[in-house]
Parts: sequence; C-alpha cells; structure tokens
Amino acid sequence: MNIHAGNMSAGVNNMQPPLLEVRDLTVEFATRRGTVQAVKQVDLTLAKGETLGIVGESGSGKSVTSYAVMRILDRAGRIAEGTISFGGVDIGAASESQVRALRGREMSMIFQNPRAALNPIRKVGKQIEDVLIEHVQAQPSDAKEKAIEVLKAVRIARPEERYHAYPFELSGGMCQRIVIALALACRPQLLIADEPTTGLDVTTQKAVMDLVVELTRERNMSTILITHDLGLASAYCDRVMVMEKGKVVETANAEAVFRAPQHAYTRKLMRATPRKGVTLRDLLPEDAAPVALTPAMPVEGAGTPLLVVENLVKEYPRQTPATGLAGAFGIKGAAADPFRAVDDISFSVAKGESLGLVGESGCGKSTTSMMLMRLLDPTSGRIVFKGEELSAIPAKRFAGSKWRSRIQLVFQDPTDSLNPRYTAARAIADPLLRLGSGLSGKALRAKVEELAGLVGLPVHLLDRFPHQLSGGQKARVGIARAIAPDPDLVILDEPTAALDVSVQAVVLNLLQDLKQRLGMSYIFVSHDLEVVRMLCDRVIVMRTGRIVEEGATEAIMAAPKAEYTRELLASIPHPPI
Amino acid sequence: MLKQIVRRLGTAVPSLIGVVIVTFLLTRVLPGDTAAYFAGPAATPQAIAEIKTKLGLDQPLFVQFLAYVKDLATGNLGMSLTTGQPVFEDIRARLPASAELTLLGLILSVAVSVPLGILAAVRQGSWIDHLCRVVATAGVSLPVFFTGLLLVYVFYYKLGWAPAPMGRLDFIYSAPDTVTGFYLIDSLLAGDFELFRAAWSQIWLPAVTLAIFSLAPIARMTRASMLSVLASDFVRTARASGLKPSKVVMGYAFRNALLPVITTLGMVFSFLLGANVLVEKVFAWPGIGSYAIEALITSDYAPVQGFVLAMAILYVLLNLAIDILYGLVDPRVRIEA
Repeated sequence: MNIHAGNMSAGVNNMQPPLLEVRDLTVEFATRRGTVQAVKQVDLTLAKGETLGIVGESGSGKSVTSYAVMRILDRAGRIAEGTISFGGVDIGAASESQVRALRGREMSMIFQNPRAALNPIRKVGKQIEDVLIEHVQAQPSDAKEKAIEVLKAVRIARPEERYHAYPFELSGGMCQRIVIALALACRPQLLIADEPTTGLDVTTQKAVMDLVVELTRERNMSTILITHDLGLASAYCDRVMVMEKGKVVETANAEAVFRAPQHAYTRKLMRATPRKGVTLRDLLPEDAAPVALTPAMPVEGAGTPLLVVENLVKEYPRQTPATGLAGAFGIKGAAADPFRAVDDISFSVAKGESLGLVGESGCGKSTTSMMLMRLLDPTSGRIVFKGEELSAIPAKRFAGSKWRSRIQLVFQDPTDSLNPRYTAARAIADPLLRLGSGLSGKALRAKVEELAGLVGLPVHLLDRFPHQLSGGQKARVGIARAIAPDPDLVILDEPTAALDVSVQAVVLNLLQDLKQRLGMSYIFVSHDLEVVRMLCDRVIVMRTGRIVEEGATEAIMAAPKAEYTRELLASIPHPPI
Repeated sequence: MLKQIVRRLGTAVPSLIGVVIVTFLLTRVLPGDTAAYFAGPAATPQAIAEIKTKLGLDQPLFVQFLAYVKDLATGNLGMSLTTGQPVFEDIRARLPASAELTLLGLILSVAVSVPLGILAAVRQGSWIDHLCRVVATAGVSLPVFFTGLLLVYVFYYKLGWAPAPMGRLDFIYSAPDTVTGFYLIDSLLAGDFELFRAAWSQIWLPAVTLAIFSLAPIARMTRASMLSVLASDFVRTARASGLKPSKVVMGYAFRNALLPVITTLGMVFSFLLGANVLVEKVFAWPGIGSYAIEALITSDYAPVQGFVLAMAILYVLLNLAIDILYGLVDPRVRIEA
C-alpha cells in the first residue's frame, strides 16, 4: 500500500524518518476454533507531530493494531508477521523490559470507558505518581508536587483536592482527563487514543478532544486516534486510515476521504454516518435494494394527544451524613433539600408522532423515560395517557394493569437487555405470554414469526440464543419484543448507541418504517442530535431536569433559541467539507 | 468508624436473640432423655423423675425457657452434666484451644494458597496453574481424619519428627499463665522458649492437617478473582503505562482481587472453628468442637446451647472484622457504610 506522507500537519519535516513505521503487520489470536487473523498485513507510517485517524467498525482490527504497537496484546494474541519500528526501536524484537521502558514514557495510550481504565481503589494522584516514579520522572519526595502539576496540565480544577479523589468520585469526563494525565505525565512522543470519547456526551467529547489536540500540538506529539466515528476522525486528524476486517482499505488525508472516498467500504461508512442535511434513507448503502416504502397508513386520529405530561417532578432525598449518637443508631441527619432529577416538566406526544428527548447525562432524560414507562413513581405531576391518568397507578402494580401492553420500551444495550437463556423466539414471545394475549402453541409461533418478519429478522435465527446473534440482530429482537403487544407508544432509550454506524443506519430505517406501518408514537431518548433530527418530528432539549427548548426538530436544529442547544449543536464534530 | 462498628453490633442483636430461641428449642426436641441417661441403665422410674425435678425438666417449656434466659442475663450458661463444670468455664478453657489451632492452620493455608492462586492466575495454563488445581482438588477431597492420621503415621510413627498426638502440651509441661489463651503467644509473653517449642511441636501437625483441607477454597478463589481483575481495563492501563509486572500484579490487581478472598477467608475460618471435630479427635485436642459433640451425644443441653451461642457471637464479630477489612481495602465500601 502506498502511503503518502501526511501533508496536512504543520511542522512535519519530510526528511525526518517517521516516528512510527509498521510494515506488513499480521496479528493472530489463538481461539478455540483455531487461529484467527485479527489484523492482516497492515502498513502505516506516522511522522512526528502528525495525527492519524484509524476508522473502522467493530472487528476491523483497529484496536488490535494499536495494542500490537504498544505490545500489550493479551495472552492469546501474537504478532505473527511484520515489523513495528518506533523511533528506531524494533518493537517486535525488543525485550519486554525495553518495551516496558518505552510504554508510558515514549508512547502512551488512552482508553474507552475512562472510569474502568483507572484503578478503582487507588487515589488518582497516586496512580499518576506510580507512572512518574516508574519512569524516573519523579522521586517519592517530589512525586506529589509533580502529580499535581500534571493534573493542572489537563485543566483539572482544584488539582490539590482531586489528587485525593478516587475514580468513582469523579465524572466520566473528569476520569478521561485523569487518564489523559496518566498518559501524558512523562511527555511521550506518541499518544494512541482508543475511542477516547465513546460513551461521553457531545459537549464532554468536544472538551476532551480539544484538550488532547491542544496538549499534543503544544508538545509536538504524534497521535493515533482510533474511532468508529468518521466525523470525529476527519475533524481532528491530518490523515485517516480506514480498516475493514483486519485490512486497511483506504488511507488518505482527512478531507479527501470525505470529499472523494475511493473504496466502496469507505463510501458505505460515510453514507451511514449521520450528518447534516441527509435523511434516514440516505444512510443506507447505495446498492441496497430500494426499500418498498409502505405508504404511511393514515393514522386514525393523528395529531390528537396520546400522552400528556403535566408538571412532572421526581425528587430524590439527599442524605446528609448523620452525626454522633443518632448516626450510631441509624437515624438520618436533618433532611437537606431533596435533589430534583426531573424538575417540573410538561409536554405532550401526539398520536403517530415521534418526539426526541435530548440532553447530556444527568439531565433527567432517563428518569423521565422511566416514569413514562411507569417503572418509577413521580414525586408529583400527572401522566395522562389516552385520557387515563396513569400516574395514579403505582409503578409496582402497573405491570398488572391493562395499560402495560400499551407502552413498551426498547433498551439501550441490546445484549444486556435479553435473557441469555431465552432464544430469540422466546424473548419475542415473552410479552405475549405475560400480558395475556391468550396465544399459545402454533398461533404463538406464527405471531412471533410475523413479528420477526416485521423487524427483518430471518426466521431461521429465531431459535438462536443471544450470544449466537450479532449486535444488529439482537437489536431487532429487542424491537420485535417491544412491538409484540402492539403498543401505542414505544420509548426508545438510545437504541442504537451500542451499534456500528452501518447497523445503526439499518435499525433507524427499520424503526421509521415500523412507525409508519403500525401507527405508533415514539419517544426517542438520545444524546445524538443528528440521529434525533432524522427520526423525530419534535424535540425536547433537557438540562438539569428542566426543558430548555422544545419545538419542531428542523426548526430547532436550524435556529436554536437556547444558548445550551447552540452549545450542544456546536459540539457535534463535523467533517471538514 | 466507631459509629459503624456500634451500628453493626446493633444489627446483630436480633439474630442473637433468634439463635438463643432456636438452640433452646432444638435441644429440647432432640431425641434422648437427659434424666434417663444420667440416672443410668438400672435406675428406677422414681429416680429418673427425681433427677428431672432437680434439673427442672418437668416444668413447661416456656418456664424452662424463661429460666434459661434469666440465667443467660446473669452470664450463667448452666452446668455441664458430663464435666461437672460451669459451661462458661469449659468454653473459656476450650475455645482458645480451637481458635489457636484454626488460626494457625489458616495462616499456614493462606501463606501457601494465596501465592499459589496468584501465580496460577498470572501464568494461566502453565504447570503452576495445574499444580494449583491438583493441590486444591487433593486437599479438599481427602477427609481431614485421613490426612491427619497419615501425617501422624509419617511424622510421629515413621520419622519421629512430631511428638505423640496427645493434646496441646506434653504432660511434663504445665500450661503458661493465661493471657490470650493461645499457648504459643502466652509462652512467648512469659519468655519461656522451651515451652513455646513444646507447644509448637504439638500444634504444627494438626494445623497442617487443617491447612491442607482449607487450601482449596482460598487458592481457587484467589485464582478466579485474580483472573477477572487481570482482564480488567485498569490493569491494561497500568501495563500501557509501563509499570513493572510486580507493581501491576501486586499493587494494582491483587488489592482489587482481595475482597472475595477476604470473604472466603471469613467463611473458611468460621467453618473450620466449629467443624474440625475430627481433627480434634485425631490429635486429642481439647477443643470446643469435640466438647460440643460429646455434650450432644449425652443430651447435655447446657454445653450445646453455650457452644452455639459462643459460635454465633464469634460469627458476628468475625463478620464485623471482615466488613472493617473491606472498608480498609475498598474506598467505595467506606462510602456506602
């Protein structure tokens, strides 16, 4: 593969040897079913100060490539072929202690899921000290001082205080700053960022990425950004390398990848990425069979309110530490003002409408959806569904009411929300059996097959267990289960957050089709504004339990009124076109 | 911290009341007639009835229970009919014997099984992993009376490295002044090294027997817990930061793997303390297990009730100690408490 030197980054001297050079890298994993090649003949070069994005979907080998560079593959994996040369050191041939000296000092890594990436029972300051002392950047006597300096460098407020914090006491974004601090503590030359912002809110994502860019630029470091998000990669990288099934399919500078993608897979990925000015149909591959658009069934009584929420409030008691003898006997201290997770919100959903519920984590959108699902009792306020006041039925008894089958939920994690011991057919049949459809035997099976057909799940997969299904197939099972009792309202809680973009594109289209065919209403909970824009008619933006803006999706996206909505929209990484 | 301890002790009160009631009832419904047993086979019904009246066994159950609770409140656990001693004194003399043996066995066991479990996890699939599996399986599948007898046969009869299995001390020595009740510690406190050596020579064989038996759960739990922690993200971060393998395994992984190991330790300890009757029998150890069994066989209520109560209190204290250890290891537990 011919890789031209990155010409985007300023200060790259083409005469210098590259910092990192990988040739013909093949990584094998020993599995129960024999060896599997996770990475096949990958070449890559990275100049000093350059930023390279490696983009691909799950199983593309993008993470494995970077683990091979750091030589931290797990036990089953090994570098089968090829050479990795980092600053003149042959990583493949070097001894373990040589590579160890490089890790953390010359090349570092930051990870997905920052909270899990930190030792849960060690103070974050101590963890930074460990790295500093290991690489002789500090002595035990001045380690604390230097660790606090490192914390300052990643813009952590009150670093002296945070030094003593444990990871569970910090927010996700804050934890990622600590992980970055760990990685950059010894001022390495190469930073590998493996999905550094997946799972973080868009605003946090922007803050974290901007910090990484600023620090790496300041120190003239090279960066590899591994991501499934083409938008993110193109917004922050000089060059982008696209991987599919362990192979590099395309390497080009970021602009070129977006303007004129060469490889079919890149085009498919690009199409599937939600972005400005496209519709749901645009996300599907160009060669996909033209979807027979079901003519939207005229929904009976469309536009009449299906669900009306009035002054909904959810409060959680805030416990103050009890003191003295009272505490000893388990008597709580004086109650502080309760914490309002949802603070007096009102809205309505019309029949056949889909409403987006958007906001950062902690804004109350999940609490709201739990209350609408009637899994949680509101502190005050009314939930009126089809003229019936559902908030009058306690959440504990709601499962037994006739309204249970009218409101259903599609969960965020398609894997964890399926019983691992139920086949797909059993999972789909579950609400039919429990909500008194009266179906059994052949009739039940026929209904399940009909539902599978609706969500595009091949019938022969119905007898498989969740672990035998792919992520997209599991998502389909989850959707089929939700629509099985023929509900009027489906609450979708980030149903595609755990899916690859190409699968997400298909699932979103499926949801849109189903809505039109079955005349359901959706409440779509998400932090991805682009997805909400394509799927929803109206959108509600929430922050700290309150509604900051509400209106037609297109109008809000085009001309946001609230400062916070503008901030959210500005945080979405856009490709440089 | 103190607050937490007081609260935990408070929650134990209902379970202790439950234990008092249940043991009282259980001992009463057990088959066998105490009075008949002590009157002897040739006793007349009259004599038996007389003994019954003397022991208060002719009273209604409720009255007996009230009397029992009243005694308990004054610290009187009753008299043992077999030893003729107050039960409280018996337990005070015998509990340290069992505790010393069990603790030493557990210490030996931990000294072997924890490093073995760690090594087995770090070198998963290697010979040391297999060794760990074999040792654990063998240890748990050989009954203690068998390993005990085997050890006595080899080390006392064949090699002569151990004295005769005749209790805590050879008859030529007299017990050290009681401070802790543990002969090993008391003899050292008294500065009597010869006595220490004598006590050690008696205790090491039964302690090893117990250790072999308790190897399995601790080693397996250490291994399993280490394996899951070693596969976690933060260990990968530690490795990617270039930390030394020893730092990664001991400083990062092991401390996180400790919680389930501590839980297992607590369970093994409380189990061994009451259940090592067989070891106590083989080595003629004057422990609390054999005391309780003998009392049970002779339908001697008071010692059985005293034994169960002592065990229950011990269990409460043990759990408290484990919770405190938890808090020391894991800051997250501290917050929840």
